[in-house]
Amino acid sequence: MSEPRRATPVEDLNLVKLSKIYGGLAAVDDLTLTIPGGSFFALLGPSGCGKTTTLRMVAGLENPTSGQMFVGAQEITDLKAYKRPVNTVFQSYALFPHLDIFENVAFGLRRRGVKDVTGPVERMLELVELTSMARRKPGQLSGGQQQRVAVARALINEPDVLLLDEPLGALDLKLRRQMQIELKRIQVEVGTTFVHVTHDQEEAMTMADTIAVMNQGRIEQLGAPTQIYENPATAFVANFLGQCNLVPGQITGGDGDNAVLSANGFNFSVPRSRIHAAGSSAILGVRPEKITMYWADEPLPAGHNRLEGTVTDVSFTGVSTQYLVKVPWGQELVVFEQNLSLEELSRRGEHVQIGWAPGHTFALDGAEDITAGMGSHVVGA
Amino acid sequence: MTIAAAVGPARRRARIAYLLLLPGVAWLAIFFIIPLISLFFTSLQVSTGSSGKYKAGFNWRNYVEALSEYWEFFLRALIYAGIATVLALVIAYPLAYFIALKAGRWRALMLVLVVAPFFASFLLRTYAWKTILADDAVITQTLNALHLLPDGRILNTSIAVIAGLTYNFLPFMILPLYAALDKIDPRLIEAGSDLYASPFTTFRKVTWPLSMPGVVAGTLLTFIPAAGDYINAELLGSTKDKMIGNAIQTNFIEFRDYPMASALSFILMASILIIVTVYIRRAGTEELV
Ligand SMILES: Nc1ncnc2c1ncn2[C@@H]1O[C@H](COP(=O)(O)OP(=O)(O)OP(=O)(O)O)[C@@H](O)[C@H]1O
Ligand SMILES: [Mg+2]
Repeated sequence: MSEPRRATPVEDLNLVKLSKIYGGLAAVDDLTLTIPGGSFFALLGPSGCGKTTTLRMVAGLENPTSGQMFVGAQEITDLKAYKRPVNTVFQSYALFPHLDIFENVAFGLRRRGVKDVTGPVERMLELVELTSMARRKPGQLSGGQQQRVAVARALINEPDVLLLDEPLGALDLKLRRQMQIELKRIQVEVGTTFVHVTHDQEEAMTMADTIAVMNQGRIEQLGAPTQIYENPATAFVANFLGQCNLVPGQITGGDGDNAVLSANGFNFSVPRSRIHAAGSSAILGVRPEKITMYWADEPLPAGHNRLEGTVTDVSFTGVSTQYLVKVPWGQELVVFEQNLSLEELSRRGEHVQIGWAPGHTFALDGAEDITAGMGSHVVGA
Repeated sequence: MTIAAAVGPARRRARIAYLLLLPGVAWLAIFFIIPLISLFFTSLQVSTGSSGKYKAGFNWRNYVEALSEYWEFFLRALIYAGIATVLALVIAYPLAYFIALKAGRWRALMLVLVVAPFFASFLLRTYAWKTILADDAVITQTLNALHLLPDGRILNTSIAVIAGLTYNFLPFMILPLYAALDKIDPRLIEAGSDLYASPFTTFRKVTWPLSMPGVVAGTLLTFIPAAGDYINAELLGSTKDKMIGNAIQTNFIEFRDYPMASALSFILMASILIIVTVYIRRAGTEELV
């Protein structure tokens, strides 16, 4: 296929000290961010953290209270929305109901005085696989089809940056997974920068090259999906991107690459590169799927962090089994075990050992609130 | 359960539906269809020689006479109503736009103000305009000082009649426009500006076409009653500004020429019907462009 891959190189999007204050409350708080040209960038955060506000400022639909925005070297802070090299895919799609699909997609080109729109529109409809729908009205399309029209209508203008505000929010789970793959394919094909807003951590992790986790108008952590998932820098990120066991303790010493973190009288090894604590007060972190369960008398691999405990809850979820294990200081740790063995599952009340590799351990700053970001998960996503 | 028992409730529901329709149907039959038929037969009656007395017949000449004698009145009615409709649209659109999209918490109050004139009678309001537009009133004096009035006055000119029509039917224009504009998703306007349309182009390509149903409804609700109106021409116009409504009224009340009045009414109804049909067809296709 001869797809409309961009002729001009894609510029970076730079946000500098960007703030938006609504009635004394900062919706976006001193945000500084570089989004590399051509990347698939996800802005992830709970409801109300300022994602939409950030996008609307970039699109020119909202004026920042302070700060600047640049596309490459060009400052766009005071540019009118209709003059910006930026296009938006709205959460509700906002397709023009009085125009057919062809005219919806052609809208931007016509406004910029492009004479022959037929070729580009047809190529774009082909890209989103809607050629046969060209003469239908938006109301006659399914949600997924409307979503693709919205993408086509924005992309045809070859913007430097495409902003997508929870574009899959209105779709059911199956269609959503399908559209995630579709959007990713389109992004790779056209090479435009995509800034994708979502509160679904799984969606962000499957699609994006880089994720910025946002909380209360600020960026908590920015990095590749594996990096922020495996090595979160804050309790909010650790909890928001899936489940996490967190145990407050103290860094008491260590040797070589590993430090020793003691909590409730037990010692654990943590790689120094995974410690985000400023002082000696720290919070031990390990994700449930990294933990292995052993019988009470089984030997553990050398050097692994180890604890004893009692199983207090077992729930079978199909691909895995989720256990709650009560450790000596009374806390219940979450453990995910893949259902590999043909043996019986451990039972409630059973005495077990749990262990995990030091390389899967991380340490957060002791001042963090270990419940931050909990309960803001998208259930079932 | 027996079949009869299963069918019973559905039947009863259907019967209730018909019963509920009954008052409306009866109303239409008694107050619209029967008078219409009676009007039609009256329009064909034959004169008996004595004033106000007619007998049944098929006198088609009533229609020929009505057209040849009163064509100017028809023309004036359509032109005045047309101009008043356009003026009302021009005045109402920005107002409705503001109320629907910008007024915020003042919206309810503004809507009340729009319908407030209905609390006073139509006749009374038109009399008030006689005072407002009188020769010694501020408006007339000011416009005269600026040499803007061709006749040196407003009252008893076609300007006064058109102004009166515009004023009296303005709420009928504002309300449907407001309803149509209020339904427009503001994100569509944002999408326009996101897709390189300046505010004016966004209005032309997005807002205006989406408000078309309101424009059509508003213009019809203004034009139809304005074309048949006689009070504005009676109170605000001179003898040269009389509309078809005045001709009907005079024939009916003063000349007691009931066949003529009926024929005029029928012609008015038919011409409005034709104009409205053509207009809706055109507006309907425009919307699709
Ligand atoms: N026009 C506005 N006036 C006042 N406050 C606003 C306005 N728009 C947004 N806010 C506030 O700013 C904060 C951030 O809102 P924003 O819409 O950016 O959140 P979001 O991250 O997009 O959330 P969601 O995932 O629910 O869409 C919220 O607290 C919201 O109440
Ligand atoms: Mg949002």
